[in-house]
Amino acid sequence: MIEKDIFWIVTCLLGAGTFLIRFSFLGLLGGRALPGWVLSHLRYVAVAVLPALITPLVLWPPATGGETDAARLIAALAAFLVGLRNSIVGAVVAGMGTLYLMQYLLG
Amino acid sequence: MTVSTKKAFRRGFRDCSPFVAIVIPYALLFGVVARDAGLAVYEVMSMSVLIIAGASQFTALALMQEHAPVFIVLLAALAVNMRMAMYSAALVPHLGKAPMRLRVLMAYLMVDQSFAVSVKTYEEEPRMPLDEKISYYFGCVTAVCPLWYLCTFTGAMIGQAIPTHFSLDFAIPVCFIALVAPMMRSLPHVISAFVSVLGAIAFSWMPYNLWLIVAGSLAMAAGAQTEFFLERRAKRA
Repeated sequence: MIEKDIFWIVTCLLGAGTFLIRFSFLGLLGGRALPGWVLSHLRYVAVAVLPALITPLVLWPPATGGETDAARLIAALAAFLVGLRNSIVGAVVAGMGTLYLMQYLLG
Repeated sequence: MTVSTKKAFRRGFRDCSPFVAIVIPYALLFGVVARDAGLAVYEVMSMSVLIIAGASQFTALALMQEHAPVFIVLLAALAVNMRMAMYSAALVPHLGKAPMRLRVLMAYLMVDQSFAVSVKTYEEEPRMPLDEKISYYFGCVTAVCPLWYLCTFTGAMIGQAIPTHFSLDFAIPVCFIALVAPMMRSLPHVISAFVSVLGAIAFSWMPYNLWLIVAGSLAMAAGAQTEFFLERRAKRA
């Protein structure tokens, strides 16, 4: 369960912070250019953070008490393979569909 | 609004509308998953209205469920949104001369799809006048952002009705995978993702979810360094 005060602190600060990121150049910094090396790093932020966030959720899912679960591993792989073909919806359907199928097959 | 700006608004709306295919299911899922995590409907809506950035909302949700410290939740979720600093910079040459109050609104409504569509159009048609560029931008976001709120709400309402044996806990990683997989479009991206996964495993012993920050930083550096390496090699060849 998520604690209420933590939730509101995170939501408000994340909202404010995200706005400042969006507003940064358009609103405050004007035409100043970002140095090339900064741009090169920014390009990889999302692809660097998200897989690390996913990994433990897939390997040690909280729902099984941290036990590695074959059904979830296969479902994750299915979602990834479909996602490579650029279909977000397809990836979600494949992932959850495979999970249900595997849970049914593996009992 | 003049005739030309109305036309630009409608065109932006039209150009961005194919992306509703992504926004609708994504927002629905966020609503469902956030309800499943124990948030009230008004809390789910507060997140979608105050933040309007799906990946960081999922990030914050996942980390809050793990009881990560507040600063880690913020650091990780803001890191996911740092790409928008790039968007902000890329929009300056086109929209930087718009009135301040409009730029505030543009910043609030800046999302991946509308950014990508509007910058592509601005670059193809550099002669488009400022007022049309502004209308075009708002046309783009109008196609996407109201749906984000509406479908989050719908998802939150549906979420109440879905029984727990549907393993919705796993919808969070599946959504992330769906987001990340299409990012594997170049060698530096693939290497960055790979380092990210290895880092998450290697540093999983760290307290306070610090593994996420360490793995993310290493992976970001790995992506950038691979890019630099490929550039140097291309120059030599």
